[in-house]
Amino acid sequence: MRMAKSTEPWMTAEIPGPKKALVITKPKVVSAIIRRAKRPLLIVGHEAVEIELKEGRLIDYMIRLAEAAEIPVVATAHIQGEFQRRGFKPASWMPAVDIANRLVDSEWMGLGDEGRHDLALFVGLPYYMGWLILSGLKHFSPDLKTVSLDMHYQPHASWSFPNLSIEEYEKNLRVILEELEGD
Amino acid sequence: MPKKEFVIKIKDLKTDIGILKDFELSIGKIIEEWEEEAGPTEFPTIKDLREWDFKLLQRYRPFYMPFCDVCCLCTFGKCDLTGNKRGACGLDMSAQQSRIVLLACCIGAATHIAHARHLLEHLIEKYGSDHPIDVGGINVEVEAPITRLVCGIKPRKLGDLEDVLDYLERQVTQLLSATHTGQEGSNLDFESKVFHAGMIDQVGMEVADIAQIAAYGFPKADPDAPLVDIGFGTADPTKPVILVIGHNVPPAIEIIDYLTENGLYDQVEVTGLCCTAHEITRYNPKAKIVGPISWQLRFIRSGVPDVIVVDEQCIRADSLIEAQKVKAPLIATSDKNCLGLKDRTNDPADAIVSDLLSGKTPGVLILDPAKAGEVAVRTAIGVAHKRKKFKAIPETSDIIESAKRCRRCDECRRACPNDLPIPEALAATIEGNLDELSSLYDECVGCARCESACPLGFPLHSFIVKAAERKLKEERYKVRAGRGAIQDVEIRRVGGPIVLGEIPGVIAFVGCANYPHGGKEIAEMAMEFAKRRYIVLTSGCAAMSAAMYKNEEGKSPYEIHPGIFDAGGIVNVGSCVANSHIAGAVIKIASIFARRKLRGNYEEIADYIHNRVGAVGVAWGAMSQKAASIASGFWRLGVPVIVGPHGSKYRRMLLGRKDRKEDWYVYDARTGEKVYVGPTPEHLFYAAETKEEAMVMIAKLCMRPNDTTKGRSIKLTHYIDLHRRLYGTMPDDIHLFVRTLADVPITMRDEIVKILEEKGWEQNIVPDPTLLPRLIRRRG
Repeated sequence: MRMAKSTEPWMTAEIPGPKKALVITKPKVVSAIIRRAKRPLLIVGHEAVEIELKEGRLIDYMIRLAEAAEIPVVATAHIQGEFQRRGFKPASWMPAVDIANRLVDSEWMGLGDEGRHDLALFVGLPYYMGWLILSGLKHFSPDLKTVSLDMHYQPHASWSFPNLSIEEYEKNLRVILEELEGD
Repeated sequence: MPKKEFVIKIKDLKTDIGILKDFELSIGKIIEEWEEEAGPTEFPTIKDLREWDFKLLQRYRPFYMPFCDVCCLCTFGKCDLTGNKRGACGLDMSAQQSRIVLLACCIGAATHIAHARHLLEHLIEKYGSDHPIDVGGINVEVEAPITRLVCGIKPRKLGDLEDVLDYLERQVTQLLSATHTGQEGSNLDFESKVFHAGMIDQVGMEVADIAQIAAYGFPKADPDAPLVDIGFGTADPTKPVILVIGHNVPPAIEIIDYLTENGLYDQVEVTGLCCTAHEITRYNPKAKIVGPISWQLRFIRSGVPDVIVVDEQCIRADSLIEAQKVKAPLIATSDKNCLGLKDRTNDPADAIVSDLLSGKTPGVLILDPAKAGEVAVRTAIGVAHKRKKFKAIPETSDIIESAKRCRRCDECRRACPNDLPIPEALAATIEGNLDELSSLYDECVGCARCESACPLGFPLHSFIVKAAERKLKEERYKVRAGRGAIQDVEIRRVGGPIVLGEIPGVIAFVGCANYPHGGKEIAEMAMEFAKRRYIVLTSGCAAMSAAMYKNEEGKSPYEIHPGIFDAGGIVNVGSCVANSHIAGAVIKIASIFARRKLRGNYEEIADYIHNRVGAVGVAWGAMSQKAASIASGFWRLGVPVIVGPHGSKYRRMLLGRKDRKEDWYVYDARTGEKVYVGPTPEHLFYAAETKEEAMVMIAKLCMRPNDTTKGRSIKLTHYIDLHRRLYGTMPDDIHLFVRTLADVPITMRDEIVKILEEKGWEQNIVPDPTLLPRLIRRRG
């Protein structure tokens, strides 16, 4: 099976502009970015509940990531209960466009008024919706770095995985988790 | 805009023959017969309502999600606007995005207004300019609430509507001119103009629909409009079948009239797609709706239609190519959609029919609706027996052979708007399993981008349709024909309960069929809120999708719920242009129930609606520029609109911030005091990620500052109940919606009071809310 070229947008026509995401070639890059961030935030969309991986669903991997790196989570759509059923309480839940709208506000002091976020990690939004939200952040939130943790290349993020097979994707996530959990 | 070309006013004239008092003579334009005092903004210009727009835009700030990082509209370009850089003309990214939104809304408004003009000219020619505008007999005195509100006139007859269209066409031209390089430079001013485009769009839709209701005798505000057939399986393929597609109904009406006048109606099937389908069933309940816009390819390729008649809007640009694949002659009937066909309008019908039957030409352009009607019928009857064997749907063996050749390159999946796993489903067919392919049918939007992307040229959409063949044949439902306006008496009956909050909301499911997970989500949402005793309205493709569902007893939503504008009703108003009746209903609540002055009094009426009428629009599959302009008309009225996830591609949201307390103050009109009312409603335009998220937000966005404590308690009950059921938890913002303890639903009192204590909640008053200082009756 031929995957789309690694730095092509997953949806063929979703061509970005001159500034495109750096490709995460090694999963350790993600753990390094997270470690460097002062106020990271993890935004998890509803597809995280639907995507099955080797050791559970994508949401389970994200809970591990959030716990290991102590990153507050914003659950979008209706999946807040899915987190709670797994014994994890997100820091907040709100529509995806709402958290993005807060992130472009230079006066917003972040979740819990604890300071502006300098890193936002996105995962589990519908591809095209993530594409647009990351575009909004790229253009209107110049101080924020964004990382797409989905298995397809998101050109508007600051960093994104290339297009990966599900097996490669799972392996990448596992390396990141092992790194962070080992800290 | 001056309403009269020449006006003489004489207050008091004494002559040899007598005394004349308060004499007014108008020549050339509309003669007013309206006792109501003229309001402040009759025929408003593109800047007259700017102050009102800015009030809304201050609370609901635009959040831009650029769909393109560059601008390529002039020869300076392409200009890179990344990171809010400025282009060669000086425009930055936010202004560019709002400019594109304005362009989209101008396209949408121009489309409805041009449709209205085309239709009105035809109706005046056929029925005369003095034909009275009757949209509901004695039940509807306010025949054109939007036109009265915006233009300050009462149209009495078809000819009066020409003046309204003159105004609208002038406005569209001015709005469009603002998008030229070197014109508007502020994103907020672009947004104000977007609202203006939406407002005039609503007037244009109203003109079109009241004209056709009056002239064609469509249901006149009838809650018992007939139940009509809808679904792929309702057409009888043993008869000659005519398919009409589009929005402008005169050619389709002429088809029905020709059949009726010649005693042929029972021998020929008249079927429709998209809004023309709504209109033909409003004219003749025996006509059949195949389905929404996304059913175009699947129905044409099935080979069932013998003749295809297209008018305007939302018609596939490749309809002629698709028609040729099944040897179905095509008749184009609109000068806006000529499809490269030869204009045969002035040729004799016999010659045109002969050329179509012989295959000498695959299609023709006929701009005379009556001739198009005659040619369509005679061609259908003549061609039907010759072409029964033609269809473009493959056999199962073709699918399996293609699956064996498939390279699994994923190009089809990467082209699919819904990321459907087409390669995997196709691979499963090699083992004889067509179920996976069939299951894609439920979520397929029918765009066929998969086919264009396939390097081997496989007709993948047709593969899906073939796999789902049984489902298609079983598609037989009922939809209530579009009833048109809401009666004045209905408004009087429910106005109080709506404004006080006891009917928890008015929810309109409107728009196109670009759904993330199929049309069933519309039916599920409509049923849920009707069961909860909201008033549910539907229109356009969404009205069709709402019908395509059956309960255990085999009944569709329109059979289960009445068509009355009251709690628990599911009310199909009709086609796209019938969306005007939804806006009209909320306007009439302000004018008929609350007796606010209507004539040219836009700002006050919108302020009333925004603060008191718990209405929400849901365009779950919004796709077109028309859908954008329809939504923007509601924004200016202060009515929030929710779109599905694909609606994020409109690239701009209007979002409130519930965490910014300072944004949520209104004046108490009794005292002039500023009162915090909470985020009611929280957003003006917002894209939901899932159906579940949308349902919870619908309930939340129905809350208004004016709700009585009983009404707020009912609305909170629904919001909390849906949140618990769909999110699995209590909402985290209940404290923002409780003003006094009397707002708290009794059944949840202890639990909510505890939350209020934890949040440091403070009691507040329920004001007489307004955003307009001029409406304060007594200064504090």
